[in-house]
Amino acid sequence: MSKRIDVNDLNVYYGNFLAVEGVNINIDAKSVTAFIGPSGCGKSTFLRTLNRMHEVLPGARVEGEVLLDGEDLYGSGVDPVAVRSQIGMVFQRPNPFPTMSIRDNVLAGVKLNNKRISKSDADALVEKSLSGANLWNEVKDRLDKPGSGLSGGQQQRLCIARAIAVAPQVILMDEPCSALDPISTLAIEDLIEELKTEYTVVIVTHNMQQAARVSDKTAFFNIAGTGKPGKLIEYNDTTAIFNNPVEKATEDYVSGRFG
Amino acid sequence: MSNTLTAGGSKGRTGDKVFSGLALFAGCLILFVLFCVAAFLLWQALPTFSADPADITGGEGFFSYILPIVIGTLIAAAIALLIATPVGVGVALFISHFAPRRLAQGLGYVVDLLAAIPSVVYGAWGMTVLAPALVPVYEWLAENAGWIPIFEGPASQTGKTMLTAGIVLSVMILPIITSLSREIFLQTPKLHEEAALAMGATRWEMIRMAVFPFARPGVISAVMLGLGRALGETMAVAMVLSGGALMASLIKSGNQTIAAEIALNFPEAFGLRLAELIAAGLVLFLITLAVNMVARWIISRHKEFSGAN
Repeated sequence: MSKRIDVNDLNVYYGNFLAVEGVNINIDAKSVTAFIGPSGCGKSTFLRTLNRMHEVLPGARVEGEVLLDGEDLYGSGVDPVAVRSQIGMVFQRPNPFPTMSIRDNVLAGVKLNNKRISKSDADALVEKSLSGANLWNEVKDRLDKPGSGLSGGQQQRLCIARAIAVAPQVILMDEPCSALDPISTLAIEDLIEELKTEYTVVIVTHNMQQAARVSDKTAFFNIAGTGKPGKLIEYNDTTAIFNNPVEKATEDYVSGRFG
Repeated sequence: MSNTLTAGGSKGRTGDKVFSGLALFAGCLILFVLFCVAAFLLWQALPTFSADPADITGGEGFFSYILPIVIGTLIAAAIALLIATPVGVGVALFISHFAPRRLAQGLGYVVDLLAAIPSVVYGAWGMTVLAPALVPVYEWLAENAGWIPIFEGPASQTGKTMLTAGIVLSVMILPIITSLSREIFLQTPKLHEEAALAMGATRWEMIRMAVFPFARPGVISAVMLGLGRALGETMAVAMVLSGGALMASLIKSGNQTIAAEIALNFPEAFGLRLAELIAAGLVLFLITLAVNMVARWIISRHKEFSGAN
């Protein structure tokens, strides 16, 4: 249950401002793809176009195609709500619903659209999702406590459990570890490694070591200057990007000689 | 720069002291004013409680005098809340999450403007426009829903009834509920709204998952503020309602609220009658206090899940 993503000539706008220009990228199913690049280069913006979260902001729009196993997410008649239920997302800062218990947080997506689920099915799903996020053993005795009472790393894994509970095709992660300590980061990275056996994972990260550790393929985004659109500079196997990049800008960035 | 740990700059410390003193003074002042009001009411109302029950208006003691108007007050406030809460929350939600930005701003101004209208204007409007306009509605209700006690006929021919008063009150408290709710809805963390949307929630589901739980205590506070105004509102009710004995029907003339009862009788009252009216004021004061305490309790009940931790 995972699908591939193919993006053709995608331009991303905020109002009239062109934020990301001309992206072509093919993301394989059941793989981890990392987006790296300096701040403001549009990698997060581009990530948010993959599940149509970009257009939540007023005036935001895109041109081009995003194909999920050949089906255009921006085709006419496509419901963004349906897109988002198939392509889950984990945000930079952990955002469990503070008024819901841990259990309800996991089930939040499942109960959408008035879907009914029996209690035993719900229990099984909660355990499966939390186990899938390596959180079950830590919270199994306090499922009815609020999710906001967990540590930052646990909250982020709760958000991942919430995302995988709805069995999405793809999981997008927008700098999922940037608000976490090294140990929690390690836990999330291990989890990403496991997630790719079942899901297509796309991760934005500022941490190049992290990209090198977790991803199969890496895309390097860059920006020519303020006010210019971000562009996809190079996309290749992670080992190639870090050891043998084709572009000069990529080499400068991954070797820390950026400027 | 000082490199001792014992005595820091004395300037900052003076500012600290002044500010904490001011804050303490303000807090104490509120308590003092409240205490003075309560003491005044109690002192002035005392003769009522020691008087011979036969001398009290109605001739059966203070309790049977006050009970009908307490109930009348609560009914009027309840009608107002029943109408104003869903409308107010709905308008606030429309402004904060549905309307295009331009329209939202204009609408916000208009709602705030409603709060600036003096209550006597509402009263005049209720008396001369709303009440006559409602007469046919009441007649229809009496004819078709008359078997329900609250719509029992014959309907008032002036339209100056409890239901009219409740409707006028609801318009008056609408701006309070709307503008407070709107402010709170706008403060919903983007993080939680996006979390809901990213899971495939529709806009309404997002509002139910992220906005309402976050805004719940604030909306309750807004409703309680509205309730406070509805309970204490005097002029509009006095003008719109032609008061009388307590009755179940809301579309006949009758019923009375505490505030209107006081306002209508105060100018000619003296002696024991004056004490009675002040005692009625004391009761209103206690009702409002109780309402606020209940509201606090409702808000604190879900503290663990408030997101403050």
